[in-house]
Amino acid sequence: MTVTSLSLGAPPAVGLGEKIWRVNWGLILVLTAIAGVGVLALYSAAGGRFEPWAAKHAIRYGASLVLLLMVAFVHPKVWLSLAWPLYVFSLLLLIAVDVAGKIGMGAQRWLVIGPLQVQPSEIAKVAVILVLARYYHGLTREQAGKFLYTLAPLVVIMAPVALVMVQPDLGTALMVMLGGAALLFVAGVRLWMFLAAAIGAVGCLPIAWTFMHEYQRKRVLTFLDPDRDPLGAGYHITQSKIAIGSGGLFGKGFLKGTQSALNFLPEKQTDFIFTTFVEEWGMVGACVLLALFTLVLVWGFSIALRSQHHFGRLIALGVTAMMFLYVFINTAMVMGLLPVVGVPLPLVSNGGTAMVSVMFACGLMIGVNVYRDAQLPLAR
Amino acid sequence: MIRFRKGDGERASLFTRRSLLLAGGQLTLMSALAGRLYQLQVLDSERFSTMAEENRVNVRLLPPSRGLIFDRTGEPLAINRNNFRAMVTSDRGRGAEMVIDRLDQILNLGEAEKGRLLRELRRSRNFQPSVVRENLGWEEVARLEFNAPDLPGVFIDIGQTRDYPEGELMSHIVGYTGRVSDEDLAGRDDPVLQLATMRFGKKGVERSLEDDLRGRAGAVQVEVNAVGRVVRELDRTDGQAGDNVLLTVDLELQRFAAERLRAAQVNAEHKSGSVVVIDIVTGDILAMVSDPGFDPNVFARGITQAEWREMLDNPERPLNNKAISGVYPPGSTYKMVTALAALESKAIEPGTILPCNGYVELGDIKFHCWLKGGHGGLNVVGGLYNSCDCFFYEAARRTGVDKIAEMANRLGFGQISSLGLPGESAGNQPTRSWKQDKYNIPWQQGDTFNLGIGQGYMTATPLQLAVMTARVANGGYDVQPNLLLAKAAPREELAPPVPTQKPAAPSMRLNPQHVALVREGMNLVVNSPSGTAQQLRYDSTGKMLDPQFRFAGKTGTAQVKRISERERAMGVTEAQLPWHLRSHALFVCFGPVDNPRYACAVIVEHGMAGGATAGPIGRDVLVETMKRDPSRRTGTFRKTASL
Repeated sequence: MTVTSLSLGAPPAVGLGEKIWRVNWGLILVLTAIAGVGVLALYSAAGGRFEPWAAKHAIRYGASLVLLLMVAFVHPKVWLSLAWPLYVFSLLLLIAVDVAGKIGMGAQRWLVIGPLQVQPSEIAKVAVILVLARYYHGLTREQAGKFLYTLAPLVVIMAPVALVMVQPDLGTALMVMLGGAALLFVAGVRLWMFLAAAIGAVGCLPIAWTFMHEYQRKRVLTFLDPDRDPLGAGYHITQSKIAIGSGGLFGKGFLKGTQSALNFLPEKQTDFIFTTFVEEWGMVGACVLLALFTLVLVWGFSIALRSQHHFGRLIALGVTAMMFLYVFINTAMVMGLLPVVGVPLPLVSNGGTAMVSVMFACGLMIGVNVYRDAQLPLAR
Repeated sequence: MIRFRKGDGERASLFTRRSLLLAGGQLTLMSALAGRLYQLQVLDSERFSTMAEENRVNVRLLPPSRGLIFDRTGEPLAINRNNFRAMVTSDRGRGAEMVIDRLDQILNLGEAEKGRLLRELRRSRNFQPSVVRENLGWEEVARLEFNAPDLPGVFIDIGQTRDYPEGELMSHIVGYTGRVSDEDLAGRDDPVLQLATMRFGKKGVERSLEDDLRGRAGAVQVEVNAVGRVVRELDRTDGQAGDNVLLTVDLELQRFAAERLRAAQVNAEHKSGSVVVIDIVTGDILAMVSDPGFDPNVFARGITQAEWREMLDNPERPLNNKAISGVYPPGSTYKMVTALAALESKAIEPGTILPCNGYVELGDIKFHCWLKGGHGGLNVVGGLYNSCDCFFYEAARRTGVDKIAEMANRLGFGQISSLGLPGESAGNQPTRSWKQDKYNIPWQQGDTFNLGIGQGYMTATPLQLAVMTARVANGGYDVQPNLLLAKAAPREELAPPVPTQKPAAPSMRLNPQHVALVREGMNLVVNSPSGTAQQLRYDSTGKMLDPQFRFAGKTGTAQVKRISERERAMGVTEAQLPWHLRSHALFVCFGPVDNPRYACAVIVEHGMAGGATAGPIGRDVLVETMKRDPSRRTGTFRKTASL
């Protein structure tokens, strides 16, 4: 393995003050605003009480913010060297849940370590980004465009996908696949390969269908025709649409949502938190929340474009893609545009691991900005 | 400013291009989300708002309690009994097994019942309760309440079941209720009828007064959660119970009539007959017996297929109210109609004497008088009390079928009465055009002869006979039979009308002298030593009736099968025929003879002789009626407070 440097001379030293200045405080403000929406929605979902969700959510956000800042000040070369170990570790955790995971929601997703419930798939999402960024960091444009050099990234993506599918967790598998694809796209993988993959995926649909669990098939069928069984599998989508639609332009008002308060909404504190929020705050509230998320994406792209090392660019873009997939899949799902797959709304949904992993990822992204002109070895 | 280092430049610019593409794609998709929000929250908002409201607010109807039915003296005939039901709900069977096991310990459900409950609970959504057991006793209710903390989801529900304390006796008058059918719903948009627990009048007064008895539903608006459990009550409108009604029937007289009719048939192969007692001044039906009856409480609790089949197949037709739907040839009881028609149409004069030689010949057919050798010559009064057939053949011939039919219609034949009970028959009052339409053959002289003595095509119901007798007895007033004495909303006073002596109904403008002649003829039927029912001057012990209870009447024996000359010659008598071919026995009467108030019609199906079988029943029922004098027995309304 050759180690070369593409840099011209020594980089300018960056002082602590400059580092703090480079932290995207505006982005952190936006993230805090989103988490604030989460607290409001969870407070309302609990019928106007901080227990059991809202208070914990706020505390968890505070703790995650500290984590974010700590991650942001870690030099990217550390992540460069930690990428593979973290990836292997996350694969091992995934295997562990498959073997000894706790049964939850009909799928094995959590691993209980002492007082902590860890969702290894969340770690895997970040690890895949790191590994792919590191991999393409060491390739030239010509290499990145070659098919042979694309095989390894495919394995990197598909290994956790396969393990997550076994659980089964369709949402996470989809996110890792699409997130990985986005990274491959910006890294320079030829377009014909995406085309071939798309055709291959369509060809594999019938095979995937046979591997699906009954409840997953039902969800897909229900998505295609929610009125098929309005009280059964289609119930969630229908009720969610009723809640969102009845919110109207300005919503029913804080704590005045009837659909979630009266338990018509399933999982109102997790996957359907967007619905709870939108029922009470209307289209105006929904657009504000989506605008906040869009701001996060814009920040992500600008960080990516300003990074002067490829590793950083890819990390920032990977994190941005992950954020986008979270938001899009979740909201499209509760609005009846996608089948119901278990994807939370980041920073808003109740749930510890997702919050931690998203804040960790954002920390990585901010770290890219802090160390945007760092010189990194081209290790492969 | 963005600068790229050497060697990194190429891939960086590719990265930038593709990143911008990706960003554009993401922005497009985010816009799509906003578009979807616009679609849901602006375009379709109204529809979803309605759906949310429907989700949340649930209107539950409160069934009204049904009006009570009493006889004219205030005796209860149909009441509501509280039915304590144990109900259980659970959220799709969660924890149901434990609860059902405990219920089993308290109510001894048994394995089959436990299985049924568990299945129902697992199947049920939205906390739909299942019935554990109906008609709980006080002790069972108390035990369930005592153990309530250990029985989550179990509650006692108070429903109402109709109860008919007199059972079979009043079955044809009061009727019964049943589940609401599609036919019942036609033309009625009362939403309470959609309730599964609602009952609807099917027969008798329960049916004819359905819209009065039903009452108005209350409604309670409740907020429910997704599983249908009530969170709180938003609004409540109290309903109104149905009207309570007093019927014209005198329960004790009804009981007497039913027992008397039953006693008279004690040796008969089948028991089937009817008695109707009517107030000739008001038209009030005082008793209306159709024997046999049925137990309406069987319908209230839910009749089985087998029980229903058995009732339908019974030759005595217990479900059939023979007083209003049984049609019989009236026989000689029709002779009053012929007499009045002949007199009113001037076909005969009060003093006209018509000859009787024992038969009348028409072509080669002989029309016999019941008395072999004949009555010689008789006027109309003599014709009536001797029941001379030849007199009425000739009177009918002179009057003509259509004049007779016209008089018969005025007296109530050939049409459905004002009673309003379901299933009433109009009988058949034949006319020339009726026969032409029905059989496409012209009316014959012989048909007129038969009609004159109430045979042939002529059929009538016992109610029609009673009404005819009443209209003759009251001097020609057009009284209408009725069953409803008074009705009132639950908290209002149930006040019966003031007893009257003079009919409120319009006069039919018959010549009073003619009516008097017919009444005299009926008087002499009973009170002349040569009357056809002279034995009825005496009571069943052979004692002459008290003068205040003397009455007038007319017998009738209606042939079902004609006994031919040959059979007569061979000595075949009625009693040797199978039951269903024997003649019907009829008797109509009114009393007291000097100042009539009550009329009665009796029919004993296949009872052979009117004077011998039906007559004594008529006498005893009429005398009992005069003794009780139910027209004065109104105004009391007992027991309602406690019901």
